[in-house]
Amino acid sequence: MKYNGKTLCVGDHIDTDAIIPARFLVTTDPVELGSHCMEGLDPEWIKQVKPNATFLVAGRNFGCGSSREHAPVAIVGAGIPVVIAHSYARIFYRNAFNMGLIPLEIGDEVENIKPGDELEIDMTAGTIANKTSGKVITFPPLPEAMAAILNAGGLAEYVKKQLNA
Amino acid sequence: MALTLAQKILKAHTTTPVTDEALQPGAIVNCRVDMVLANDITAPLSIKSLRTMGAKKVFDNTKIALVMDHFTPQKDIASAEQVKGVREFAKEQNIVHYYEGGNAGVEHALLPELGLVGPGDLVIGADSHTCTYGGIGAFATGMGSTDVAAGMALGQSWFKVPETIRVTVTGKLPEYVGGKDIILWTIGQLGVDGARYKALEFDGEAIEALSVEGRLTIANMAIEAGGKAGLFAVDAKTLAYAQAAGRKGDVALAADPGATYERTLTLDVTNMEPLVACPHLPENVKPVSQVKGITVNQVIIGSCTNGRIEDLRVAAAVLKGRQVNNNVRCIVLPATPRIWKQALKEGLVEIMLDAGCIMGPASCGPCLGGHLGILAGGERALATTNRNFRGRMGSLDAEVYLANPAIAAATAVAGTISHPAAL
Repeated sequence: MKYNGKTLCVGDHIDTDAIIPARFLVTTDPVELGSHCMEGLDPEWIKQVKPNATFLVAGRNFGCGSSREHAPVAIVGAGIPVVIAHSYARIFYRNAFNMGLIPLEIGDEVENIKPGDELEIDMTAGTIANKTSGKVITFPPLPEAMAAILNAGGLAEYVKKQLNA
Repeated sequence: MALTLAQKILKAHTTTPVTDEALQPGAIVNCRVDMVLANDITAPLSIKSLRTMGAKKVFDNTKIALVMDHFTPQKDIASAEQVKGVREFAKEQNIVHYYEGGNAGVEHALLPELGLVGPGDLVIGADSHTCTYGGIGAFATGMGSTDVAAGMALGQSWFKVPETIRVTVTGKLPEYVGGKDIILWTIGQLGVDGARYKALEFDGEAIEALSVEGRLTIANMAIEAGGKAGLFAVDAKTLAYAQAAGRKGDVALAADPGATYERTLTLDVTNMEPLVACPHLPENVKPVSQVKGITVNQVIIGSCTNGRIEDLRVAAAVLKGRQVNNNVRCIVLPATPRIWKQALKEGLVEIMLDAGCIMGPASCGPCLGGHLGILAGGERALATTNRNFRGRMGSLDAEVYLANPAIAAATAVAGTISHPAAL
């Protein structure tokens, strides 16, 4: 599976209140939540997102704070299929897989990705090709169990398949 | 192999017996869970996921707690619709521990008080502060709604065995210094991601001397250092607390001598000053003397961190015979109905009302910017809550400082961040 798009970059310790402020947690609808994605960071942020052509790039500890699954749901709902970060907060990382959002963890390599860079992400090869800088970043393949959850479209669909197997 | 508290509790819950060697940090184990929790924000997503999974029944209708506490009493039509959906689910599934209205309180204060979580338990909850129950010796951790839905369906979940950071606290706590200050110090040392994927284990003479409520406060904020759990040994105090909550058969529990820790932090509290976490991260910790004089518009005393009876006693002792500053709204939210009633009985509510506090319901309310005390742009609050992220309590241009209940009460009186001794 390959993904193409341009990057939007955010900093370290982006918390779930920034990703989706609590006042919007009165719905479970991905499109509605997606329309408020990152509103706790910048109310205009969402306007820069081009659905299925934008990657969210973050620093350390992305998704810290609350356990709200609405955070990865809002990112998926905004049309962003992949997040690339230096590192993730534990609950967000688990939630991302469960919600079908790909969380790539690349450590210091994240410094090589700048705002507006054009990337091609190849999940099979485990590469992030930065077309703007010409640099290729590799990442280890996802653990099998995590890949299975993502391939099923998230944990709920995965459990459904298990229950029906 | 000598085991940490985290390893011991996980080992006691694996779905198939495992050797100690299978509990090395990083190993993944499948475990039975004793209690599965969700609230009015997270339960709707859990229910949606359960339906997608095609699960017709929960694994055990006595081991699921649904606590309507975040946007309750229902703040608007949308939140009322969410609660209605959870209520209907609870009826359909005969969920025994459904709380809404007069029996509801802030979940992490309520469940220990009711004895629904306790020593040695393994608990998962769709709320990041589920780690609070480490204060009574439970391995408890927050997960997302869908992980929790799988737990509701299957009665089990997978866990990566965490490394443990040991925090040894020595000395005797001075007046106006408490559990909140110990955990703020720890977060200041580790940073907001210093315990990412790890458990914290607290011990030492100051911890042994600390009340169970103080330990719950510490465990509550383990997540603010990125921690998966914040754990305490089960001692005579824990057992007495659990027994008073109606539990039977709990036993003492401690880490094995010689267990492996990722590292050890040591704190001597003897001459410690109360601490304040400054905007906009809980790691921005300073002694109160360095931030005194900063004006505030609002003080919040409550939450799963510091909304228990001991916290209200500390705050009332400072507020007694004094007046909340004219420029401050001081909102007190006792965390459960039982705490409310106890505060009333002890005369604390009268002291607070006389001082000019606003007494509110047992709700999470303003802590997460839900309702009952939202900040305007340019406003500043000091709260006994757990997070001061930008925009957390309202406007993106507001600021939140975090501190213990004594500092909160003194600040409400002075109108500026203050130590009670300076009033």
